[in-house]
Amino acid sequence: MRHLTSDVLIVGAGGAGMYAAIAAARNGASVVLLDKSLIGRGGATVMAQMTVAAAIGQQEPDHWTIHLEDTIRAGRGLCNEELSALLCEEGPARILEMEQWGTRWARENGHVKQEMAPGHSRRRCCYVDFLNTGPAVAATLRRKVGEISEVRRISNVAVVEILTRDGRAIGAVGLNLSDGELVTFAARAVILAAGGLTKLYARNSASANMGGEAYALALWAGAELVDMEFVQFFPIGHLAPRLVGMDPILWDPFRYKLGGKLLNGNFEEFVDRYGGTDFGQYTATRDLASYSILKEAEAGRGSPHGGAYLDFRHISEIQLRGAFGPVIDRLLLNGIDLTKTAVEVGPMAHYHMGGVRVDSNMETRIKGLYAAGEAAGGANGANRLSGNAITEAFVFGERAGSSAAEAAKQIQVDWEPELATAAIERIKALRRWQSKNGVTAVSLQAELQEMMWEKAGPFRTGDKLAAALARIQQMLRDDLPSVSITEETLYNVDLQDWFELRAMLTTAEAVVRSALARSESRGAHQREDFPEADESLLKNQVMEMKNGELVFQWISPVRLNRVEGSHG
Amino acid sequence: MAERATKKAVLHVRRGALNEASRYDDFEVPFEEGMSVLDALRWIRVNLDSTLAIRYSCINANACKTCMALVNGEVEYTCIAKLAPESITVEPLPKRPLIRDLVTDTVPDDEKL
Repeated sequence: MRHLTSDVLIVGAGGAGMYAAIAAARNGASVVLLDKSLIGRGGATVMAQMTVAAAIGQQEPDHWTIHLEDTIRAGRGLCNEELSALLCEEGPARILEMEQWGTRWARENGHVKQEMAPGHSRRRCCYVDFLNTGPAVAATLRRKVGEISEVRRISNVAVVEILTRDGRAIGAVGLNLSDGELVTFAARAVILAAGGLTKLYARNSASANMGGEAYALALWAGAELVDMEFVQFFPIGHLAPRLVGMDPILWDPFRYKLGGKLLNGNFEEFVDRYGGTDFGQYTATRDLASYSILKEAEAGRGSPHGGAYLDFRHISEIQLRGAFGPVIDRLLLNGIDLTKTAVEVGPMAHYHMGGVRVDSNMETRIKGLYAAGEAAGGANGANRLSGNAITEAFVFGERAGSSAAEAAKQIQVDWEPELATAAIERIKALRRWQSKNGVTAVSLQAELQEMMWEKAGPFRTGDKLAAALARIQQMLRDDLPSVSITEETLYNVDLQDWFELRAMLTTAEAVVRSALARSESRGAHQREDFPEADESLLKNQVMEMKNGELVFQWISPVRLNRVEGSHG
Repeated sequence: MAERATKKAVLHVRRGALNEASRYDDFEVPFEEGMSVLDALRWIRVNLDSTLAIRYSCINANACKTCMALVNGEVEYTCIAKLAPESITVEPLPKRPLIRDLVTDTVPDDEKL
């Protein structure tokens, strides 16, 4: 069996994982950087076409404490303010460092151009033209890690278990997808940077490859999760006509800039029917937009794909081209002519505010086990500001990498192959079953995605959540152990899907249980049976796995001693 | 709806792993306007044959660049190659070492285990 040793092992090579690798290496560590897809190609970072928020103050005077106030306000009282402060204070250094490494932030008049975005009180959102922020920063980081000899990059390895001994992470077991062989990794510190859980939902806007593995791996290793009920749904994700080669959340800035009309299936404006003021202004808040789109569809007045129309036909072609730039041609290639056609939009899963519970060094309660990026929970509370996700990936990645490198200097792991024996036996046992009922992991994934969308999506009820929980538990108990898996070794997609399904079910259960327990509506978590916020629930839910069962407790949010407006 | 459901595409897909005899399987897929070849391959995996090996990550943003195959003899990203309601042939990349079905070894040399 293949075995690799490093000071720091990083699971996931998106924005957070690659930044962590660079930071760990420059703090003296040897690094193994893994991705189940390709380095810098999978995950959410490369998909992000929008902006990165940081108080670099080049467009107008700004200060990180103002960014912090905006972030905390959006988080509806549930931010871990220590983590929010870290994100906002170190964001500027990371943005400027990325520029030194070659990211070409859009500039004007000799400074980085920064735009306004909803919820921000200053123009602080940097971007790379046109709609190219994610691919550009991913390319910068990919090139940078490629130049560092201390970073060993390995693609197509899916980590299936974190190894621990005496409450300390000591490595991992991975599945080499190309040949189906198991691989063991010994490390003095392990960083989970495998992103979020958008794949749990039938309608989502991120990569297909984030099924919540980081959260499941953390739970199984003994770490805690926090705020798992807070999945962010983006209100006007693209539904139809089929659009390829573009991020499905592309419409937001154009709607903001040009005023696209939101129309129901009968081509009537409707947001005002739900108490909104969108009529003629196109500025309805995200939650109101989501709510009114889904309610119109429920009432039989949706667009053909169950959403609403977004209509730019009242805008001149010259104005459209001015705002969309070359994007207008990419739309035409998809057969979408905005001067003639209204597109269909609707809410879709976009980001997860919750995640692995970490301290301000990104360490979990398991020594030597860290989390970074979307995998880490808490910085954004009940709702995330536009632009904070990539900043979080850079800042938390850097912090996790440097913390892990420092920790690695303090300890020694004496690797013995026996340390992985139990895990490997568990994994090998999975291969012994035969096809029993012909159910496949990929079809169960599809069922889970539809169910999570219907029952644990943007608007939830206790009844729907309870039904989802019952089915998830049944899938864990009955379906997962009897799935058909072929005996193939080379690139066995059934086997990959099985491991992914296992993680998806554990993470889905964490989301649904947390959503059931939070009997109020706050931020991204909306309960139709509890439409108001309940101030007695101004608390975070912390989850752990005890004897195979998920248990949770309520804790008070981490707050900073700060004085409103003290930045002057 | 009824009209939409009557349109079909047939994918003629080369199967087989390294050092195995290859074969072609035909899959009939319900066609919807705007569908990509990758949409059809994913539909096949969920509904007809889960063992069909394909590689993709971002699904449709053409960001991950991992879903390349030969479509009617041309190298294409299957996520942006448009499907038509007719027969097409899908094969693995010819100049890359075959792993299984449509998956070839496209991992950069310095990212291999």
